[in-house]
Amino acid sequence: MFDANTLALIFVSLMGLSILLYAVLDGFDLGVGILLPLEKEDDADTMIASIGPFWDANETWLVLAIGLLLIAFPAAHSYIFKELYLPTAVLLISLVLRGVAFDFRAKAAFSHKPTWNRVFKGGSLIASLSQGYMLGMYVMGFESTLMAYSFSLLSAFGVAAAYSYIGACWLIMKTEGDLQIQAVAWAQKSGLICFAGVIAVSLVNPLINPDVYAKWFSSSNALMFLPLPIICFALFIFSHIQLKQLPKVNDKGCWRPFVAAVIIFTLCFFGLAFSFFPYIVPNKLTIWETASAPESLSFLLWGTIIVVPVIFSYTAYSYRVFWGKVRELRYH
Amino acid sequence: MLETLMLSRIQFAANISFHILFPTITIALSWFLFYFKLRFDQTNDPVWMRAYRFWVKIFALTFAIGVVTGITMSFQFGTNWPKFMETVGNIAGPLLGYEVLTAFFLEAGFLGIMLFGMNRVSARVHTLSTFIVAFGTSLSSFWILALNSWMQTPQGYEMRDGVAFPVDWFAIIFNPSFPYKLSHMLVASGLTAAFLVAGISAYRLLKGDNKKAPKLTLKIALTVAAVLAPVQIFLGDMHGLNTLEHQPQKIAAMEGIWHTEKGAPLLLFAIPDEEQKTNHFELAIPKLASLILTHDLDGEIKGLNEFEGNHPPVAPVFFAFRIMVGLGMLMFAISWFSRFVLWRKEELPPWLLKSLVVMSFSGWVATLAGWYVTEIGRQPWLVTGILTVKDAATDIAPENVGITLTLYLILYVVIMVAYLHTIFTMAGRAIEIEEIGIDEQANPVVGKTTKTSEES
Ligand code: HDD
Ligand code: HEM
Ligand code: HEM
Repeated sequence: MFDANTLALIFVSLMGLSILLYAVLDGFDLGVGILLPLEKEDDADTMIASIGPFWDANETWLVLAIGLLLIAFPAAHSYIFKELYLPTAVLLISLVLRGVAFDFRAKAAFSHKPTWNRVFKGGSLIASLSQGYMLGMYVMGFESTLMAYSFSLLSAFGVAAAYSYIGACWLIMKTEGDLQIQAVAWAQKSGLICFAGVIAVSLVNPLINPDVYAKWFSSSNALMFLPLPIICFALFIFSHIQLKQLPKVNDKGCWRPFVAAVIIFTLCFFGLAFSFFPYIVPNKLTIWETASAPESLSFLLWGTIIVVPVIFSYTAYSYRVFWGKVRELRYH
Repeated sequence: MLETLMLSRIQFAANISFHILFPTITIALSWFLFYFKLRFDQTNDPVWMRAYRFWVKIFALTFAIGVVTGITMSFQFGTNWPKFMETVGNIAGPLLGYEVLTAFFLEAGFLGIMLFGMNRVSARVHTLSTFIVAFGTSLSSFWILALNSWMQTPQGYEMRDGVAFPVDWFAIIFNPSFPYKLSHMLVASGLTAAFLVAGISAYRLLKGDNKKAPKLTLKIALTVAAVLAPVQIFLGDMHGLNTLEHQPQKIAAMEGIWHTEKGAPLLLFAIPDEEQKTNHFELAIPKLASLILTHDLDGEIKGLNEFEGNHPPVAPVFFAFRIMVGLGMLMFAISWFSRFVLWRKEELPPWLLKSLVVMSFSGWVATLAGWYVTEIGRQPWLVTGILTVKDAATDIAPENVGITLTLYLILYVVIMVAYLHTIFTMAGRAIEIEEIGIDEQANPVVGKTTKTSEES
């Protein structure tokens, strides 16, 4: 029904969508983990309660994104993860530690709770840093130069800051009182670092990749995409102003920074996607070269068309069930 | 220094073995929970809610470990077995894809409501969410076992330039060993969960907990075990007949038959010797293997000599098989005996309770042993007749695989210690809680938020 090239396009879009959803959704819960205050047990409980019902489903987007890469572009999957072998292991181990700490902290002997809190915070931080590092190496085309390593380190901190930022914005929306005021302060700080990071990546990326430079600054469709950075910039300013005024009476507008952060994430994502398309491994492999057999992709496509809307609807349902300010987390 | 291939094998085996422990519990425990919740909705008897609350916490913990160790698995294929996806990716890919799309999202999407949503949604929606989570875990076994059994007995594909292409998806999914693998694995999960529930309930009773909930769960778990144990033995037998047809070299290794034989004996014990191609210290029942496998006392069974250079290592398959079958028989005996005593006396003597505590994690041992029979028995093939393990391996530097393997192993030991410790801590804490009060009995417990209910 679809030819091989269309199928490759469809699957790369689906994969992009899952990566974006993962960055936003697991982004906020990793961010909440990074921000976890070790000395204030009650605040820690509330913060974790705010992500409790969601983190598992959020991480499933990573499984889908990696799954689609593996299924639809297997050669790219092996190329990328062979290059990133050790950072990937660090990412996985930190995700494991963080996931189990989440449950152990509530169920193990009470005296061990502070230890598990530390593991949760540390795991969230290392997971975010390693994702940023992997992104940096990807953008640099997996070179083993000093330049590439420094850029990847920068990117590691950028991503950790971005996750803290969206996590803080989530908390502003989900909490009240002192914790909310604290969250506003967190959002201001991490928002600033995140802003600097976005600028750095936007400058470095075209400078080191001539193809990317050519795309943004000379091709004709650049005009279509140039608004991306401009809107992004405007949103940072908007969010900065909002944060100065929060919290307001009746908690008006407590959701605005979060929405702004989601849009910023989306724009940055499209910026990167535009830079590299149609390469799936920068400057080395295109999506057309690595796509699986059309027989396989079309078999999977039918299921996808039916299932993805269903997934969206029950995900939305679950967020609605837990709408509003957090309450204490109980197993009933 | 071990080479990359060997290290990758050890790492894959370590990761999948650790992962499978947790799904084996959650797949069936979720059905137990669904049953508890359903009974509560029907009867309004708070004891069901107590049982639900205690076990849902153990479920949540086990599930979380299952999820995060599963994420590790999905990165493994590309990193350590790149040729696997290059050769059979067109078939493995969509099966894995459907698992994520239909099963993982379903479980994860409703897990939040199941665990934390009880007073935010109606009782019916909550029970339905519990059902959906249970259904999702079983569905994920469906897809992953379709893939695994296809790797054992592939069909419905054609090879073009050394790459497998799908021809008939129905034939691929319902390949010859699939029905046996799926049913045997689901029942294995049922037995694992049943012995866990029985063991922990017995532990509570032994420690002087005389509330209703542990007695009730003990009884239910023993009933389930007593029903499933014989079913599992039957399914295992059928599975063996199927394997004899499609992978006779595996059966020869399982039975330790070195030379084709008529009227082959069943070896209860032996030490296989790969070098001299014979067994030492045999303890055997004459002709029984032929009888079981061919339903004829003098039936012929092919020996390993027919598969020279193309059969699995014998000793691990041989011993793993005996561990599994031995445990299966033991489970059968202990579940029937305990259930019988419970029926006659309403109570189990302490020594029997203690035996059940010892058996708490017997399902893990049997399940791992079963997987070792299946997977090692497939060697040297990764996908029978298509791809050998050797050819699928990565070319990553051995030092790197060594580092990651070491890290994973440390991680697993830490998690395992914490997991076992926590389960018994939770059981201990549950003992200290008061029996359900009279006033509580009159009203359904839903929506009540007493401090103690958190820890029942
Ligand atoms: C018989 C069942 C079974 C088997 C053989 C496997 N798994 Fe598994 N897996 C499950 C049954 C399961 C499950 C019951 O569905 C889990 C456990 C907890 C959970 O959330 O789902 C799961 C979780 C789980 C997850 C996390 C899902 C999530 O985010 O919700 C991944 C990525 C995998 N598995 C991947 C694998 C791979 C790549 C395997 C093979 C090599 C594998 N599993 C073997
Ligand atoms: C779809 C699911 C599965 C796939 C695709 C799969 C695939 C593989 C692969 C690639 C190997 C490496 C070959 C080797 O090391 O010899 C292997 C070996 C192994 N697998 Fe599986 N496997 C699956 C399910 C399982 C499960 C659920 C278990 C449970 C414990 C398991 C246990 C093992 C063990 C113990 C080995 C080591 C055998 C050896 O090293 O000789 N496998 N499997
Ligand atoms: C007591 C009688 C039993 C018999 C005769 C039996 C037989 C078998 C056979 C023939 C295989 C297949 C090997 C292959 O061809 O790949 C197998 C695999 C397996 N067994 Fe058993 N088994 C028994 C009990 C158990 C028990 C009690 C458990 C766990 C609680 C268990 C768990 C497994 C698992 C997880 C596998 C691998 C997956 C699969 O192939 O389904 N078995 N068993």
